[in-house]
Amino acid sequence: MATISFSPKDQYNAFITTLNEAESGPGALSGIPVAVKDNISTRGIPTTCGSRILEGYVPPYDAHVVTLLKKAGAAIVGKSNMDEFGMGTTTENSAFGPTKNPADPSRVPGGSSGGSAAAVASGMVRMALGTDTGGSIRCPAAFCGIVGHKPTYGRVSRYGLIAYANSLEQIGPMARSVSDISLLMEVLTKYDPRDSTAVDCHYSHTPDPEIRGLKIGVPEEFFGEGVDPRVASAVWDGITLLERKGAEIVTCRMPSMAYALAAYYVTCTSEASSNLARFDGVRYGPPADTKLPWHEAFQQRRQSGFGTEVKRRIMLGTFALSSGYYGKYYAKAQAARQQVRNDFLHLFRTVDVIAGPTMPTVAFRLGEKTDPLSMYLSDILTVPANLAGIPSISVPCGKSEGLPVGLQIMGPHFRDERVIDVAYAFEQGVSR
Amino acid sequence: MVSERDVLHIAELADIGIDKEELAEFTGRFNEILDYFDILDQVGAGETREADLVNVFREDVVDPSLTKDEVLANTPDPEDGFFRAPRVM
Amino acid sequence: MTDDAPISRPASEGVTRWPGEKISDIQRQTQPANIRMDFSDDEVIIGLEIHCQLDTATKLFCGCSTDYRDDSPNTHVCPVCLGLPGSLPRVNKKAIGYALRVGKALNCTVLEESEFARKNYFYPDLNKGFQITQYDKPLAVRGYLDIEGDDGEKRVRITRVHVEEDPGRLVHKGGADRAKYTLVDYNRAGIPLIEIVTEPDLRSPKEARKFLNKLRATLEYLGVFDSEKEGSLRVDANISIQPKGWFEKEGKGKEGRGRAEVKNISSYKGVEKALTFEVTRQKNALRRGQRLETATRHFVETRGITTASRSKEMEQDYRYFPEPDLRPLRVCDWAAGIVLPELPDARRARFLGQYGCSPIHARTLTGDLRLAEFYEQVAETDPILAATWVADTLLGELNYRDMSVSKVSPGWFRALILLIKEGSVTDKGGVEVLRSLLDQIRESGSCETPDECVGRLGLIVIERTGGAGDADDPVAMAAREVVAEQPQAVADFHAGKKEAFNFLVGQVMKKTRGRAKPADVNQVLLGILGKEG
Ligand SMILES: [Zn+2]
Repeated sequence: MATISFSPKDQYNAFITTLNEAESGPGALSGIPVAVKDNISTRGIPTTCGSRILEGYVPPYDAHVVTLLKKAGAAIVGKSNMDEFGMGTTTENSAFGPTKNPADPSRVPGGSSGGSAAAVASGMVRMALGTDTGGSIRCPAAFCGIVGHKPTYGRVSRYGLIAYANSLEQIGPMARSVSDISLLMEVLTKYDPRDSTAVDCHYSHTPDPEIRGLKIGVPEEFFGEGVDPRVASAVWDGITLLERKGAEIVTCRMPSMAYALAAYYVTCTSEASSNLARFDGVRYGPPADTKLPWHEAFQQRRQSGFGTEVKRRIMLGTFALSSGYYGKYYAKAQAARQQVRNDFLHLFRTVDVIAGPTMPTVAFRLGEKTDPLSMYLSDILTVPANLAGIPSISVPCGKSEGLPVGLQIMGPHFRDERVIDVAYAFEQGVSR
Repeated sequence: MVSERDVLHIAELADIGIDKEELAEFTGRFNEILDYFDILDQVGAGETREADLVNVFREDVVDPSLTKDEVLANTPDPEDGFFRAPRVM
Repeated sequence: MTDDAPISRPASEGVTRWPGEKISDIQRQTQPANIRMDFSDDEVIIGLEIHCQLDTATKLFCGCSTDYRDDSPNTHVCPVCLGLPGSLPRVNKKAIGYALRVGKALNCTVLEESEFARKNYFYPDLNKGFQITQYDKPLAVRGYLDIEGDDGEKRVRITRVHVEEDPGRLVHKGGADRAKYTLVDYNRAGIPLIEIVTEPDLRSPKEARKFLNKLRATLEYLGVFDSEKEGSLRVDANISIQPKGWFEKEGKGKEGRGRAEVKNISSYKGVEKALTFEVTRQKNALRRGQRLETATRHFVETRGITTASRSKEMEQDYRYFPEPDLRPLRVCDWAAGIVLPELPDARRARFLGQYGCSPIHARTLTGDLRLAEFYEQVAETDPILAATWVADTLLGELNYRDMSVSKVSPGWFRALILLIKEGSVTDKGGVEVLRSLLDQIRESGSCETPDECVGRLGLIVIERTGGAGDADDPVAMAAREVVAEQPQAVADFHAGKKEAFNFLVGQVMKKTRGRAKPADVNQVLLGILGKEG
């Protein structure tokens, strides 16, 4: 056991909690400082989800991925900032203040894993864990100019991840290089029977940059309305680079993209409305006022404990599940979700991976996005992978207006190795 | 269209108190977002979640429970090992 | 009189008296329509929703032990059953197996695919703000259970069988009415429950109790339920009073008169009590011409009444949706492979054939698994005598003491029956021994042997040593004394009054403290009285 000392200035507000001294043991990640997003439970270390409602909560157990990190010798040096409960695209919705983008401190780092992205991009840590429900790893990776991977749904145990939208989210690696992503994947994918949705499919792979003959599908919808032409152009340049390395580019269609964002927001808010019901101040978190009757006490506790966006999403989800509306919203969203899945299955019969921009724009200015719907719309390119449960990586792909742009590569279920190979090939191509 | 009354009802179901000022803002935003969700009306009913993985079980074998200290560590004011909650009567 | 034509009344009076119609019937019809005195045209409609704890070693979704009853609060909890953020449920395979057994025993169809769902509502006993239960895809549907109904054999239809988790336990500080706050214990949270819903096929509170008894016996025979554990059974009952035939005509889902949904009944006796109270309450309301609204009511066990739900129960909107942390179940082929043990009806038939029990004894003995098993352990002594002693005497004495048959050792009970069979102790003496031994068990947990007890109480049968006239024969001595003391009864006997003889027998038994054999007493008394006559 070695002790790693960690006392950064944290000028980007990347952390909610830092540990001045972290233990590190032998193993694949020995001596490597790692940041863990603050919605992943850490025994003995406060875990807040960026929310007042969990202020002071110290989990009595480690998330499965934290156990795995410790076993691999990693030094967990801090808990990174995030949009409250993962609900945001900018990391501005944190009760602990916004995180700033190291690439341009007047900009947001993206979200919701903005703290992890900023900690990696600024060099405070070599790698970090993020979570991705609708793009929350890939968006900040793209905005901050690092690599972020959302694994296939079920590949990484969610045990200990404080749920936002159970059927969509995965824990995944964030790092400056694809090989570090691959290294973390090897650690994180050890099977855990405590997650009934997990699949025993260990990632044990060394990235291979050889992509000759690979067929890359590029859906027109990923370059449609709302995608900044400068971002589109940077991403096309990237795709062309892959073509030069021997891949075959095929343009294709994804009709279900029309419904994807609505299906995503109905699903995630519905699940969230139920997941966040447990925060009543009885067992943990700031206590409910026991002088009031329970109903009033819970209402008050939840009113003051949750931020505006969280309240909005809880209420949207409550509405979508409520009597008389379930069929119109929740049930339809599940049907739409199946169409998204079918579209991907159909495409993957003819192409090996699908590529496009990660985000339609570069990082927003801090405070720029105030309207929730326009904020939601910026997730349009990342949510399809979550709806379908497929692996998707974002890798830095040049700049637009001097700000990082991300190339997104998606693959079939449990072909994380393939998307990581393509990202590796791209990374190698860019650096030459 | 949802009205402020609808939003109050939803808040009640969600057990979240909301202020007068919040109410107008929530109602306005709700209507924008719900308008956008209307695109789902074009989706045909039919296929739902496919079950690729079924029958995930655990055996009926006892695992250790948490210690009393761990259980009550996150509550400021336990009483005789119980959690304390607002009155329900 | 020849002019005896029926009296025709003016139409405005509206009542024609037909031959055979009683005045009271006419009066009833002429009273305002909403005052009702007679309910013979109505029937009681009852449907039950039964929650039973499944007798597994661990909870439904985590590995915490279910053996919590003697332990202090919150000592059988983990991140899962405490609802800590980030914890995930895992389904206990045995609980599903048990539920399938129940489904099969209740003749249900096991669905090809079933799934768990979240029932969302707030209450401090809920650890997650929702309960994991089953909604539109339960494990099993459409079954039945045959019971001995009010009018003979009856088939009660089962709507569905599903599994769900038990919430925690609340303690109202300072008494339920004036509680300042609530204390919560999550030891019970996550205990597997099976919910069994019947169609509204029951027609009286007594029938409801009979159904529950049969259901309990069935669950115990299946080895999935232990009715002796406190709080292991809870019942919600729907009850309404409708015009006869209404239900058959209108069917389920139609609103007739409002029904009461009585919640919170936690004992078998409580169900009959609560429903009987409701029948009276609803009839009284109808009698007064009140309209009955469908409403939730709570059963107050200590007072035997139901009360209107006081808490402003919000419009119930549970927002069910599939539990995203669990995978669907496809277990219908397991169900096909399940071999059910002998169930109460089969065992009853066997008792009739194998032991020659009377139908009523066979029903009583097989109505409770422990009793049936106890009987089979003592039957070898003398099946018919043992049946009487177990089904009538022992069961009565146990109920009187609120004791379980599991406290009684078949060994000493066998010995007691043999003493009675041999005639070493009379029936009356046997009852005295039984009472004494049960009292000892209740006090100290153990007891002496029947032989020791007979000796200590001096209950050994008085053996005759001579004829009726023999001066030394103890029975004859007692009889002579009685005849001398009761001249009036003797006179009555000679006057032909049979009761007088029974009285004299009783007096002799009293004098011998029940130790004389009744046959001996009869014989000796008749001898003495006959001589005198
Ligand atoms: Zn537990």
